[in-house]
Amino acid sequence: MTYAEKAQIMDDRAMARAIARISHEIVERNQGTEHLVLVGIRKRGVPLAKRIQQNLKEYEGADVPLGVLDITLYRDDLQQIGPAPVVRSTQLPVDITGKIVVLVDDVLFTGRTVRAALDALIDFGRPMVIQLAVLVDRGHRELPIRADFVGKNLPTAQKEVVKVSVVEEDGFDAVSIGEVVQN
Amino acid sequence: MKDRKDLLGLEELRREEIEKILDAARSFKEVLERPIPKVPTLRGKTIANLFFEPSTRTRISFELAEKRLSADTVNFTASGSSVSKGESLKDTARNIEAMQVDMIVIRHQASGAPHFLARSLDCSVINAGDGTHEHPTQGLLDVFTIREHKGRIEGLKVVIVGDIAHSRVAASNIWGLTKLGARVVVCGPPTLMPLGIERLGVEATSDLDAALDGADVVNVLRIQLERQKSALFPSIREYSRCFGVTRDRLSAAREDVLVMHPGPVNRGVEISQDVADGPFSVILEQVTNGVAVRMAVLYLLSGSEVEPKLG
Repeated sequence: MTYAEKAQIMDDRAMARAIARISHEIVERNQGTEHLVLVGIRKRGVPLAKRIQQNLKEYEGADVPLGVLDITLYRDDLQQIGPAPVVRSTQLPVDITGKIVVLVDDVLFTGRTVRAALDALIDFGRPMVIQLAVLVDRGHRELPIRADFVGKNLPTAQKEVVKVSVVEEDGFDAVSIGEVVQN
Repeated sequence: MKDRKDLLGLEELRREEIEKILDAARSFKEVLERPIPKVPTLRGKTIANLFFEPSTRTRISFELAEKRLSADTVNFTASGSSVSKGESLKDTARNIEAMQVDMIVIRHQASGAPHFLARSLDCSVINAGDGTHEHPTQGLLDVFTIREHKGRIEGLKVVIVGDIAHSRVAASNIWGLTKLGARVVVCGPPTLMPLGIERLGVEATSDLDAALDGADVVNVLRIQLERQKSALFPSIREYSRCFGVTRDRLSAAREDVLVMHPGPVNRGVEISQDVADGPFSVILEQVTNGVAVRMAVLYLLSGSEVEPKLG
């Protein structure tokens, strides 16, 4: 199985602008950065959360704590997918109880990852509020979940694949749409 | 691990599989440090713990690991069960499997009992110690503890002291450590040393001081006092004088030596009080790590892709 790209949706500059806007919206919605904690969902939510953290430092001069969440153990499809996926660690630098937690992920699709992330977060404490920031919302939700901050709304067909590449993992920044072809 | 239904020993595991378990165990150790140290991963799975031999540590450790992963557990001990009415191992296990159990953890006094079950049953079987054969999860947690402290296994000198011949802990340690590239030295009285042990890729000696020289890790085995009755060593005092690990003798080892013991400890016999409780001892840490390692094994086996056998 390989990924065949059909079109590039965002280049590095478009991505940077979208992340900058999301960062501003987070500050605006929460009237500052007090009580904020950013939590990136592994894998590609983490570098995105890091960039938001840098932006908040630049715009507001604030050091917002950044956590990393691995949702593998909370997936609802573990019984179906066969080999157990690799479990990585979760690191939350502060107690999230009473905090404004902004979950960050690359693509919002069925909503199942976010469901798992919410369950995982709640095992760590009781945040005052949890908000969701995603770079791309591609539709096709299977659960009643929505994002608070969206980089780009991208209508897609169910079969299509949205691929977010980040410098930290892939060597370049881009969002593309394509499909998986069987060889 | 996707092609593996059971964990019977470290002998049959490939190096990559051992490393995969150790890496996963690290993540599970983090789970155990959370305010709510429990994840929903094995919700709906049922695990039976079959202990035909007494055990404190291993049984509680497995049970905790299962509960931390949200599995349902049933416990079985030989006393007070139908075993005392003469039911065979296979019948006991088939009956338990007929109650829709997904995994069986078994400790048995007969070497090979878990293998026998694994062949006869569709569910996953995990060996929690069989006779004098292997105790794979103990081997894994020992290797894990060493790797946490030293950052690697490759090239370390690891000394295993005690009753090598009857120790399943020693066997699993030898398989695991040599596969990961450690230099393993086994040390004990010649009567408790299996002939031809060198073929497993270890060095054997009955000179403790030579063995300890430059050691990175000393794993002290429990001396089973009942072996003295079978005249394999003359007296506890003599054993202790020749093979007891004391602070004096430990000075030949490296400055950052780790002292390990699988428990239960005979204080003052195989290990002196001050060493067991001393700064180099990681004995209690081994126990903590045991839960994380067993969670990793349960998790990885639960995702195995082996087709159930028919009939």
